[in-house]
Amino acid sequence: MALIRAIIKHPILSGLLAVTIGGIVVLTLIVAFLDQIKWVLSDQFWFSNILSLAIFGGIMTAVAYCILLERKISAWIQDRYGPNRVGPLGLLQPLADGVKLLLKEDITPGHVDKALFVLAPFMMFVVALIGFAVVPWGGTFRWPWMDADATPLVAQVASIDIAVIYLLAVGSMGVYGVVLGGWASNNKYAFYGAMRAAAQMISYEIPLGLVVLTAVITVGYLLPVDHAMDCLRLEGAVAAQAPHAASWTMWVVFYHPVAALLMFIAALAEANRAPFDLAEAEQELIGGFHTEYSAMKWAMFFLGEYAHMITSSAFMVCLFWGGYHLPYCTWLSTDESALAMLCRIGVIGAKIAIFIGAYMVVRWSLPRFRFDQLMRLAWKSLVPMGLVILAAQVLIVYYGWPQWISIVVNLGVLVLAAIASLTNAMPISGRQQSLLIKEKAAREKEYELQHAGV
Amino acid sequence: MIEDAAFYIFAGVSLFSAIAVVLSKNIVRAAVGLLGTLGGVACLYFLADANLLGVIQLIVYAGGTLILIVFGIMLTSQSPWVGFLPTKVQAIAASIVAVILTIGIVRLVTLVPWAQRNPDELSQSLTVKSIGDALLTTYLVPFEVASVLLLVVMIGAAYLARTEK
Repeated sequence: MALIRAIIKHPILSGLLAVTIGGIVVLTLIVAFLDQIKWVLSDQFWFSNILSLAIFGGIMTAVAYCILLERKISAWIQDRYGPNRVGPLGLLQPLADGVKLLLKEDITPGHVDKALFVLAPFMMFVVALIGFAVVPWGGTFRWPWMDADATPLVAQVASIDIAVIYLLAVGSMGVYGVVLGGWASNNKYAFYGAMRAAAQMISYEIPLGLVVLTAVITVGYLLPVDHAMDCLRLEGAVAAQAPHAASWTMWVVFYHPVAALLMFIAALAEANRAPFDLAEAEQELIGGFHTEYSAMKWAMFFLGEYAHMITSSAFMVCLFWGGYHLPYCTWLSTDESALAMLCRIGVIGAKIAIFIGAYMVVRWSLPRFRFDQLMRLAWKSLVPMGLVILAAQVLIVYYGWPQWISIVVNLGVLVLAAIASLTNAMPISGRQQSLLIKEKAAREKEYELQHAGV
Repeated sequence: MIEDAAFYIFAGVSLFSAIAVVLSKNIVRAAVGLLGTLGGVACLYFLADANLLGVIQLIVYAGGTLILIVFGIMLTSQSPWVGFLPTKVQAIAASIVAVILTIGIVRLVTLVPWAQRNPDELSQSLTVKSIGDALLTTYLVPFEVASVLLLVVMIGAAYLARTEK
């Protein structure tokens, strides 16, 4: 009795005991219901549901660690250490942050529209999560216990025939959280942030749509004719970039490097990330749309933002960067074992992680755009470039020209854009221009005064 | 079973938001209610395997609601909490229109012999392909006329909104 009491009181031994008992219970349950578990995992409907739960858990963990990564990368760029106190290398920092945010006081100011103030962060969060339904994570596979001729499972929550348009639609809904939150805060700074976010989203939808259309048309051209309708499915786009046939060993990004760059820029703007974070703009708007938010509601906005980053990265990876395929790895692309499926999930996850890292490096390296620069970039650079590339790709498909022509067109567009930007130096801004004129007038007046004195 | 439950949930969301649109006195709240209705209907489309219709509903209507909110805020209310109340004449006219519409829709739903289709057959039919083919062959003229109309509206709006020089 005394021994048991001592074990329970001991911090490490009691933990070990709990883990052992829990493990034994879970293992017994698994062994007892092994057949049922196997059946549930082999059924596509239940597998999709379990997968969506697993993805939800995975994304939440990934988002928490994205925030740590963000702080580490910002520290690396600014030559600091970053968070390194909680756990080894600061790896438990997200846990501590989560506990802190849950325990903080959740203030709802008296002057806000309460219903919308509460609704806005949840909207941002939910909209960012529903995009994951159509991402092809691991292709088709069979569990080891399934018959070799059984219908393979698809490691994807929903395989809908217009996944690309679905992702565009859902991605553009993300701005509702920002607009409603900013409006409901009943605060001028928050309201400015909301209006900026709305204008920015409407502008950057257009280049994003053009570039996605280009990628879809390219994928339809690369796919065999009887599967050309799959170009609107994300798994169709991924299949077109598989390394197994000699003519389609390449990813779409090699045919359309500039289009991929445009998509990256537009995706940065859609996700409200620096250098496009005008909706927050700490220096001008004190945080913009989330000025009045605190604790968990504030955190929901940022969970939504990071989840949105992961969705848009997955979208880019599937359309341009080959999804779960790697060059020369035919085993990875064609094998239908569960191991290959896990490897494919690892590959697509690694590619997404690379994009997240790129987002963060961009955020901590570039200063924020001013609003007129933002609009000029969208309407005078991205839209014309996207239109030219789209027109070229349509001509290639219509006349059946070889696909490599698009590389020439892409590089030509880049050169033309560089020439245009170098020859048409724009005034820095209307305000700075007027300041320059005022300064010049003042200098002339001073000159006249000096000479009048002589 | 699950599909039935999902149907009732989405239908409930649509109805509840529609009631909120009618009852709320604040234009932004009404717009959010509209967003809920349109989103719920889009979910019903997804449930019925009409994916394209659902996504178009999201892009055109739910995306358009954003513009509605922005203009509702910027053009109508001087102070953020100004409500709007319809006059009695407006309320009566709107009620008459709503009653007539409801009767018409209910009559339509009960009169039309709806074809029952096999779900497997439905999910394999290529709705995007057939809709695209139909729009660019049989219905090309109405499609183009609608786009020209939109172009006219856009040019008109740009003309009205330009700054005087």
